[in-house]
Amino acid sequence: MNNKFGALDSVRSLDAGMNKKKWIKENLTGYVFILPWLIGFLAFLAFPLLRSLYYSLTEYTIVGDPSWVGLRNYIEIFTGDEKFWSSLKVTFYYVVFAVPLRLASALALALVFRKARPFTNFYRAAYYVPSILGGSVAISVIWRQLFSSEGAFNDFLVAIGVMGDRISWIAHPDYAIWTIIVLAAWQFGSPMIIFLAGLKQIPKGLYEAAEIDGAGKIQQFFSVTLPLLTPVIFFNLIMQMVKMFMVFTQVYIITEGGPLNRTLVYAVYLYRKGISNGYLGYGSALAWIILVLLTIVTIVLFKTSNRWVYYESEGE
Amino acid sequence: MNLTFSQKEKLKNILFHVLVGGFCFFMLYPLLWMVAGSLKTSGNALSATLWPDAMQFRNFLEGWRGFGGVSFATFFRNSFFIAGTATIGQILLASFSAFGFTRTRFIGQKFWFAIMIATVLVPGQILRIPQYIMFNQWGWVGSFLPVILPQMLPVPFFTFLMVQFVRGIPTELDEAAEIDGCSKFGIFFKIILPNLKPVLVTAGIFRFYWSWNDFMTPLLYLQSVTKYPVSIALKMFSDPNAITNWGAMFAMTFLSILPTIILFIFFQRYLIDGVAFSGID
Repeated sequence: MNNKFGALDSVRSLDAGMNKKKWIKENLTGYVFILPWLIGFLAFLAFPLLRSLYYSLTEYTIVGDPSWVGLRNYIEIFTGDEKFWSSLKVTFYYVVFAVPLRLASALALALVFRKARPFTNFYRAAYYVPSILGGSVAISVIWRQLFSSEGAFNDFLVAIGVMGDRISWIAHPDYAIWTIIVLAAWQFGSPMIIFLAGLKQIPKGLYEAAEIDGAGKIQQFFSVTLPLLTPVIFFNLIMQMVKMFMVFTQVYIITEGGPLNRTLVYAVYLYRKGISNGYLGYGSALAWIILVLLTIVTIVLFKTSNRWVYYESEGE
Repeated sequence: MNLTFSQKEKLKNILFHVLVGGFCFFMLYPLLWMVAGSLKTSGNALSATLWPDAMQFRNFLEGWRGFGGVSFATFFRNSFFIAGTATIGQILLASFSAFGFTRTRFIGQKFWFAIMIATVLVPGQILRIPQYIMFNQWGWVGSFLPVILPQMLPVPFFTFLMVQFVRGIPTELDEAAEIDGCSKFGIFFKIILPNLKPVLVTAGIFRFYWSWNDFMTPLLYLQSVTKYPVSIALKMFSDPNAITNWGAMFAMTFLSILPTIILFIFFQRYLIDGVAFSGID
C-alpha cells in the first residue's frame, strides 16, 4: 500500500492527469491478464478450501444443513477413527517404498542411457511410455487382471515352478499393497528423463580430475555424480512424494482399498467417507488434516535438504 | 582371451542390448499383453502368452457396443470434448496470465505471484471434497462444468511453466512493437504467443493426457451414462464381478490408450524435452 501512495505522490508532482491515467491503465491491463488465473485460484482453490475449513467444524451431511460442532470432527478423527490411522499408515508405507523404488530405477536407467549408443533414443522412449499411461484407468484395469488369480503373473510363477497354486495377488492381505507399489515403480520414466538432463549438466572435467586422482568408476559415482545430482534428486523426491501421497485411481480400481482395508490409502478413504457416505463436514476435516500434514512433511524435507543437497555456490 | 579395443566395445554393446532390451520387453509386457488380449478369444484372454489363439477382431465390435444401450462412440466423444476444451482453454489462458505476471506492472504483482508459486504443490485430490461441496451448492453436479472448468482455467503448474518460457523471450521484441504503437494485448498475441509454440505443445499434450485420464472428477460429478468419458466407462465395463467377455474388455482398454500413444509417437521430442526442462510428470 505504501508503494501505491508513494507512487501516486510522485505522479502528482509531475504531470498529474496524464500519468494517473497511464498508471490506472497499466494496472488494469495487468489485472486483465492475470484474471483467468485469479478466477481459477479464487473460485476453485481459495474459496472452497476456506469454506471447507468452516464446514470441518460443523456436522454436515449430504442431506442436511451444516450445524456448528466446534472441534468434534477433529477429536473424533484423532481419538476414535481407526480407519483414519490405518489409512495414514498404509499411505506412508506406500510412499516410503514406492518413491525410493521409482527414483532408484529412474537413476539406474538414466546412468545406463547416459552414454549414447545405437537405439538409445528408442529405449529411452520405450521406458518412458509407462509414465504417460500410468495414471489411466486402462493401466489399472490391466494391472488388476495381470495379478488376479487367472492372470498372467501366476502363469509365469507356475511355469517356472515357484508356485504350485495360483493366488489372487490383489486380494492377498500382505501382497495387495505391493501390486500397487510395483505399479508405481514401473512408471519411472519422467524422473529418468529429469535425471538424464541433470547428468548432462555435470562438467566432464570433474571426472577427468577424479580419474587423475586415481578414482575408479564406482568412486567417481559416489564422489562426483551423486553429490552433483542431489538437487535433481531432491526435486524429484518432492514432486513424486506429493503426488504419491494422494494416490487414488490405481487403488480405487485395482484393490478398491481391500482386502481388510490393507490398501485403503488416504485419498480413497477421504472419497468414501466424505462423498460416498456423504459426511461432508467430517470429510472436510480429513482433507484439512492431510493438507496440513503434507505441508509439514514438505517443509521438513526442505529444511533437511540443507544437510544433504549440494549447491555449487556453497562448495566453491 | 585377448580382445582388441573395438572387439571389447562390440561385446559391451551386445551385452547392453541384451540387458536393456530384455528389461525393456519386461517393462512393456503388460502393454503387449493387453494388445494380444484384445485379439484372443475370451476364454483365453487372460493367459500369459503374447501370441493370440485367434485373430478375434470381433472383440472390438462387441466391445464398442458398450453397455446400458450407450456405445463407446459416445464415451470417446465425451472424452474428446472434455480433454479438448480443457487443453485449448488451459494453454491459451495460462499463457495469457503468464504474460501478465512477466510483462506488465501492477500493484500486488509480487503478492499474487508468490501465491501462485505456493499453490503449485497443492494436490488436486485434497480439493475434491471442498470443491464438491461448492459445486453441489451451485447445482453444477451432473453437468460437464465442474469437470472442465477447473482444468481449463490456468492451473499454477502450467502458468509457472509458461512464466519461465516468457522470461526467456527477449524484451527488445516487445519494446520495438510498443514503439510501433502496439498495445499489450497486441504484443501478447502477435509476439509472445507465436514464440511460445514449443511450450504450448508440451503443456497442451500433458493437459490433454491428464484430462483424458482423469477419473476422479467425472466419477464425482457425472451421473448419466450418456455423459461418461472413456475412463469411467472403462471402469464400469471392466467390472470383474460382471464381465464375461474379457476379449472385448481388452479391446476397449487398448482403444482407450490409443490417443495417448498416437500423441506420444508424433510429439515425442516435445514431450521428452519438456520433461527435461520443467520436470513435468
